[in-house]
Amino acid sequence: MPSPIFWFFALVMLFGATAVVLLPNPVACAMSMVASFVGLAGLFIGLNAYFAGIIQILVYTGAIMVLFVFIIMLLDLNTEKKRMPKMTPMFAGLGIVIAFTIQLIGVISATPGKQLPALDLPASAKNFDASTQIAKNLSSNTLPDVHLIGQSLFTEYNLPLQILGALLLVATVGVVVLSKKQIH
Amino acid sequence: MDFALILTILIKIITLTFVVVLPLVPVSVYFERRFSAIIQDRVGPNRVGIPLTLFGGKKDFSFFGLVQPVADGIKLFLKEDFTPAHVRKAFYWMAPALTVAPALITLCVIPFGSDIQLPGMDPVKLVIADINVGPLFIFAVASLSVYGITLAGWSSNSKFPFIGGVRSTAQMISYEIALGLSIIPVLLYFGELNLSKIVQYQAEHGWLLLPLWGHGEGALSLTSKLLFWIPAFISFLIFTISIFAETNRMPFDLPECETELVGGYHTEYSSMKFAMFFMGEYAAMVVGSALIVTLFFGGWSVGFGADAAIAGFAIGGFKIGGLVHLGVFLAKVIAFILFFILVRWTVPRFRYDQLMKLGWVIFFEAALINVFLAALVIASGSGKFTPLILGIGGVLLVITTAAIIYVAKVSEPKVKALA
Repeated sequence: MPSPIFWFFALVMLFGATAVVLLPNPVACAMSMVASFVGLAGLFIGLNAYFAGIIQILVYTGAIMVLFVFIIMLLDLNTEKKRMPKMTPMFAGLGIVIAFTIQLIGVISATPGKQLPALDLPASAKNFDASTQIAKNLSSNTLPDVHLIGQSLFTEYNLPLQILGALLLVATVGVVVLSKKQIH
Repeated sequence: MDFALILTILIKIITLTFVVVLPLVPVSVYFERRFSAIIQDRVGPNRVGIPLTLFGGKKDFSFFGLVQPVADGIKLFLKEDFTPAHVRKAFYWMAPALTVAPALITLCVIPFGSDIQLPGMDPVKLVIADINVGPLFIFAVASLSVYGITLAGWSSNSKFPFIGGVRSTAQMISYEIALGLSIIPVLLYFGELNLSKIVQYQAEHGWLLLPLWGHGEGALSLTSKLLFWIPAFISFLIFTISIFAETNRMPFDLPECETELVGGYHTEYSSMKFAMFFMGEYAAMVVGSALIVTLFFGGWSVGFGADAAIAGFAIGGFKIGGLVHLGVFLAKVIAFILFFILVRWTVPRFRYDQLMKLGWVIFFEAALINVFLAALVIASGSGKFTPLILGIGGVLLVITTAAIIYVAKVSEPKVKALA
């Protein structure tokens, strides 16, 4: 039985997501998206994934959506409000939603309704070097999710991480070059 | 979840937020006015006290004007709450709440003191939520307060507030990067993101900026601790100045710069709605000071190895050492608030391009180099690397620093002399 907090954040997320689609005012849509992200972060935290939840707020809500709101506010909202939704994209969107719902129902009905065994954190501590923070945290029965993510990122997935870093750098330099180009 | 646990959490939320921290807001407004008066060689508000003459007394009891904040609060409550006709109502009402709430929510991860224990009960931690991502949580929630200011500017539907809101958005996003990068050395040093454990470590092994006791025993040696003082101090500087920018305090208060924007984002607000912006600013300042104290100045710890004795201090069955630590913590926070006020009344406001340059060209790069430097110092202290690797690292650090400074100098726009 999920806790009441789960239902609260799930409802916040669903209401937010619905409002993004339905509200006429673009700023209201952006703010509903913020609410939806906060709800999602709450769900992550409910799953003990503190780091993922906090990063969700920090990156999406605190940075990306702020830029969205920033851009939307600089636009003329009245033309946007008057525009009527077209029928074809609406039905296409509905079709995608229905397809995904059917898939979700299929996946859920195929999953056996068994409860998974509880995590035994102190037992898993012996997989790590005893002097590390991870082992200390695990043996005191707390999940060091930040340390675990860091460890996998910088050992197992080090090469992809470096490549991603280079890719982001190239993209940044590209943006600067393109935006500094003089038009003669 | 049993009933006692929920009750403890509720009591902690109510006492720590509404009894300990919220009164700090009007008190810091009072400090601000008195301290600025001292700086400018004035008297300041020193009259408002308990009006004994109203009850037939001979003389009013002025009490250094400490009742002034209460009078200010009553004034703001009783003013007409005027909503202009041209505003976007829903957002106009939402904005003040969105500035105050994040600042108060961030309080829940700050450790206010060591444990206190009542007889026959488990020890109670003086922190509301002891989560493992403390500093990140504070950054994440504090970054939400930008919505309040931005929405206030936009929903006022008027030009100057809008410019204030837009300025604030750009400013806060820019300085969040410097803020986040500047504490990476600190987190490297502690190897921990839990603020209670960070403070506990500092109580046992020396504050980050005063590492003078508790060497050895699983900690770094005195030399590497003193060497780490350099990156720690750089990150302290960047962090503190970024906090100034994030809280929109002078010299970074461009969103509400009177000389250019009338009143900035809150021009169209009055009465209690205006007061909530005011409260949001001061609450953010309190939280910022608390975070600086927690990360760099040992949080609630007294220091010099005296903390274990204080934490064990008990009267009868009551272990109340935590309350002593709470007092120490508040004293440190108030000292920092006074520092904030001192800076506000001595440093003039930046120009907007200077602000952006400081954030993006100077702090961003300095914080990145500082991460490198801190990693080198920690690596040299751990004894796991040969001097050759450390030497190569040092050379690379010098080359990168020189290259970054060179690029920053070259890309500076040349000022043409007036003919």
